[in-house]
Amino acid sequence: MSRLLFTKEGPAVWMSHLDLMRTLQRAFRRGGLMLKHSQGYSPHPELSIVLPLSVGVSSVCELADFELEPDCSVPVGEIAARLNPVLPAGIRVLDCFEQGKKAGKLAFLRSELRLTYDQATGNRQQATDPSVAAHSVRHAVPRSDEAEGERISPLASLGRNDRVEALRELFARPSLIVEKHGKNGPVELDLSPMIRSLSVSSQNGREIMIEVLGCAQNPTLNPLLLAAAIERYLPECRPDFVQCRRIEVYDAEMQVFR
Amino acid sequence: MKKRIDEALERILPNVQKPARYVGGEYNQTVKDLQADSIDLRVAFCFPDTYEIGMSNLGIRILYGIMNQMPGVWCERVFTPWGDMEEAMRQVGVPLYALESHDPVKDFDMIAFSVGYEMSYTNILTMLDLAGVPLHAADREGLHNIVFAGGACTYNPEPLADFFDFFSLGEGEQSTVEILECYRAAKQAGLSKAAFLENVSKIPGVYVPSFYEHRYNPDGTLAEIVPLHGAPAKVTKRIVQDLDKAYYPTKTIVASTEIVHDRMNLEVMRGCIRGCRFCQAGYTYRPVRPRLPETLFDQAVASLEDSGCHEITLSSLSTSDYRYLEPLTDRLTDYCAARKINLSVPSLRADNFSRELMLKLQKVRKSGLTFAPEAGTQRLRDAINKNVTEEDILKTCEIAFAGGWNNVKLYFMLGLPTETDEDVIGIGDLVYKIYNTWKACASNKKRGVRIHVAVAFFVPKPFTGFQWEQQTTPEEYLRRCRLLKEHLNNKSVEFNYHEAKLSELEAVLARGDRRLGALLEAAWRKGAKLDGWMEYFDYDKWIAALEECGIDRSFYTTRGFGLDEVLPWDTIDPGVTKRFLLRERERAYRSEITPDCRHGCAGCGANRLLDCGVCDP
Ligand code: SF4
Repeated sequence: MSRLLFTKEGPAVWMSHLDLMRTLQRAFRRGGLMLKHSQGYSPHPELSIVLPLSVGVSSVCELADFELEPDCSVPVGEIAARLNPVLPAGIRVLDCFEQGKKAGKLAFLRSELRLTYDQATGNRQQATDPSVAAHSVRHAVPRSDEAEGERISPLASLGRNDRVEALRELFARPSLIVEKHGKNGPVELDLSPMIRSLSVSSQNGREIMIEVLGCAQNPTLNPLLLAAAIERYLPECRPDFVQCRRIEVYDAEMQVFR
Repeated sequence: MKKRIDEALERILPNVQKPARYVGGEYNQTVKDLQADSIDLRVAFCFPDTYEIGMSNLGIRILYGIMNQMPGVWCERVFTPWGDMEEAMRQVGVPLYALESHDPVKDFDMIAFSVGYEMSYTNILTMLDLAGVPLHAADREGLHNIVFAGGACTYNPEPLADFFDFFSLGEGEQSTVEILECYRAAKQAGLSKAAFLENVSKIPGVYVPSFYEHRYNPDGTLAEIVPLHGAPAKVTKRIVQDLDKAYYPTKTIVASTEIVHDRMNLEVMRGCIRGCRFCQAGYTYRPVRPRLPETLFDQAVASLEDSGCHEITLSSLSTSDYRYLEPLTDRLTDYCAARKINLSVPSLRADNFSRELMLKLQKVRKSGLTFAPEAGTQRLRDAINKNVTEEDILKTCEIAFAGGWNNVKLYFMLGLPTETDEDVIGIGDLVYKIYNTWKACASNKKRGVRIHVAVAFFVPKPFTGFQWEQQTTPEEYLRRCRLLKEHLNNKSVEFNYHEAKLSELEAVLARGDRRLGALLEAAWRKGAKLDGWMEYFDYDKWIAALEECGIDRSFYTTRGFGLDEVLPWDTIDPGVTKRFLLRERERAYRSEITPDCRHGCAGCGANRLLDCGVCDP
């Protein structure tokens, strides 16, 4: 199996896992790269994504494993040049490797969570259905009518430095229980053991950045759950908007995983 | 504005279903630079249904390609947002935007719609409203935001007449270019909207509804249609003369998310040789024009290689009637099998379905078997000119079951003109015979058999042999459905039937006149939207709107239209003549078939549209 390193950004963040699979399969064909197909009644191409990404999350470190037909011998060094001209906006192959490390060796995941505070709490909008996208927090949307948007919430008085401090304290707690939507309804989950390191920094008046290194597998730390933890423990620090980005993946020795 | 839209989308999209359909960015979308490409004409190409439906439409892809080939023109796509997205957009104040640039539709010079389904009419109003564009043509002044439409529904454009500045009838490959050039010239010359409409109405195939006055009799029927401003008494639809030279989108957008027909579409011919008397497309797509297999093979290879799709379908109204099907599938199956590409041939007819063809297709993948006998008895099949016999159907099933198929889909209609209970029960008998055929011929009986029976409620459509007919009442249709169900009791048979209410409203809109503009608006104001979707279709809103407008729906459905009554669509000439349609109606009542075009020209009149004057089906 060869391994592809690629980005999923811009409009591509809204593609689902299945959309991405289909898109990559077609891009291989467009690039004149015939994927090997499985045997059987309905043969499918040999292509898999190492660690599927939630819809709405961007990434600069996605990995996909694939195998080409034996008679399609293209050196790995050429793959990116074949695929990049035929990929949709937001997906870009950064590199390609003859052989990737065993998927089971993927241990840690570095992500970035951007919390935005830019409006009055009175206008918060309930997420219609948390299952439609990965975000487990409420998303507020800016209103077009200025008059509404100017209403100042009493909580806005919490200064940004206080907010950063409060968040640091929160993530230093020995346990952080959040509710997660499992297959059989909500389940409780303790995030603390899954967090290896975490930093909180203030970007500007409206934004706080959380950088987190967490478990990549068994179980995977979904960084968006950190926002759920804020909501649960520090409702006064609940952001109006959360964006998440996957930065890098590592093995157990903290070597970059490829 | 674009920046504000993008910022708002970032926040809206996590909370809506299938967000990928709202962002564009797909492979092969056309992005132009307003300055560098000196864009002086921007077209928002709107499809009044969801992205998944619209992106599956070949016509959209053809015209998108043709418009974007024009220097200085940038055509972008717009689809109807699903209800959750519409709500979020309204809440945040995001106007309807085009997928390529994310610029508001209101900023575009022209807003073009492709309308193919009556029950998508309210989506047009939703889209204009979300765009912030006045709904009524009369309320839009100047050349900015000229709103026009083409597509199958525009053969009777009257219910939409209030909302559109003009309609483009028939195949748009050439007329769309002429329309855009006419607009560009008007814009450069600084013409008034009235002057532009006069100019555009001179393009063959363009129908400007405000140039016609519809006068009514006291009983509500049309008295006369009076052309104004020197407009022609008849507007004849446009066709492509030489399909082998026509533009075909070999380089077309590959959706990044799943769409309904997620495959390449090879259009083997236009028009249908059959002439089923209920089928609007069968009549209005005439004359029959096949493409050459060499052209098609090259188009198939080019589009498969460019798109990377692993599935291709040979499409047309009746693909098994395509003259060169053998040589084409011969070459294509070899090409496809070597590349693990699925080749599918829909709308196969029972009478010429050969064992060889079936085996060929099987090489790549075994798809289900589909028939549309439409009626249960030979008498009624003859009356609707569905020239397929029970023997054909059973013979084909025999071959298919012996070849390992164990899944059959059968389409029927109920409420057809001259239909009796005997015809309804006849469907049950036919299904039973198919089941027995399976028992006798199946190569592997352990897997069982599934026979799906799907029934639709007959909707009389303009420009068919049945355009004057009465529609059955919904109650009577449902009674016949129940009667059929009683005659289908077999565990292997799955039965479902279309919603009666939806088909009733479809019938109202299909044969509607100009007065229905008010109905559409009233229903839409009451919240009617996405009416073609069961999740949204709300009959009560329509009933309330009918009442509010004082419109009796039976006028358009069960009343039937008089043979010498002025019809709302009399201004339109789709090729087939009224004389021919009348003759077809008479033959129907005598259960007399009309042979297909290849067995002799029936004189439908569509040949008049060809430069050479003679069909070569
Ligand atoms: S003119 Fe004759 S051959 Fe041509 S489409 Fe009509 S019936 Fe068929």
